[in-house]
Amino acid sequence: MTRRRHERALVRPHVVTGGRAHPTRNIFDLVTLMIVAYDDDLSDLSPEKHRVMELCGGGALSVAEIAGHLKLPVSVTKVLLSDLVDSGHITTRAGVPGVDAPDHRVLQEVLNGLRARL
Amino acid sequence: MDSVLVSDDIYVRDTVRTAVKILVVGHFAVGKTTFVGTLSEIRPLHTEERMTQAGALVDDLAGVPDKVTTTVAMDFGRMTLSEDLVLYLFGAPGQRRFTQLWHDLALGALGALVLADTRRLEQSFDVMTMLEEKDLRYAVAINRFDGAPTFPDAELREALDLLPETPLVHCDAREPASSTRALIALVRHLLAGDDQERA
Repeated sequence: MTRRRHERALVRPHVVTGGRAHPTRNIFDLVTLMIVAYDDDLSDLSPEKHRVMELCGGGALSVAEIAGHLKLPVSVTKVLLSDLVDSGHITTRAGVPGVDAPDHRVLQEVLNGLRARL
Repeated sequence: MDSVLVSDDIYVRDTVRTAVKILVVGHFAVGKTTFVGTLSEIRPLHTEERMTQAGALVDDLAGVPDKVTTTVAMDFGRMTLSEDLVLYLFGAPGQRRFTQLWHDLALGALGALVLADTRRLEQSFDVMTMLEEKDLRYAVAINRFDGAPTFPDAELREALDLLPETPLVHCDAREPASSTRALIALVRHLLAGDDQERA
């Protein structure tokens, strides 16, 4: 494997993430929904990324759920997902955090949904 | 059931485009995990992060052999509230030292439900202070425990030092309807604050 530019030479690489503790992009909230974008060629992926692809192949899941199902820390999961987004295998569907406060429509929809359960 | 990959119903519906979260917070053994489990449509999930005592995420222990580390866990579940919308509930520890985890949790959260136990009200102070520091609005739900003392709401409000507009409700985290009503009280509060800001 070629050395990645984020890898620091003097620190023992993290086995799962290929040496990085932080994702290359910061688009992931815990509830960002992830879906598979491309799964024709998985030959270059690490075993951990294969597991992510296998899990996500069934449908959309949040970042937190992927971490929970794979029994990985969220921080590690974000690095794996970031790589898979970079390589075009995974994409986000919804839940990218905004800077704005939650909007009125969403809150009203949450309220309606909760009331419907009673 | 160890293999999660055999079940189809773990996935978010295809029609869902919006995912939001509410935090369920409080001190140790206040019922966070029970609350999340009662309302979640999926088997609640669990993640763990290794943190230093200072609260930073541990990215490589080899470089810092003398740092004390601890594991912080959170439980979460999911409620599909409409064709378009899922709500995630995150049960999270209220310890101040887990700064990074709190940052992740608070980012984009609609608000928080603080669970409290009348036997240990003062243990809720820390988490309420943290929510205020993060500018996250919250409601307080007294989780009913068998044998725990009951007090008039006015006394509870005073003991918890709640603002007049902060909702105080009572719930039983084992009961879906009761737990749902506690969330409704929170969301109504969030909507009311939203209206005030827009006015």
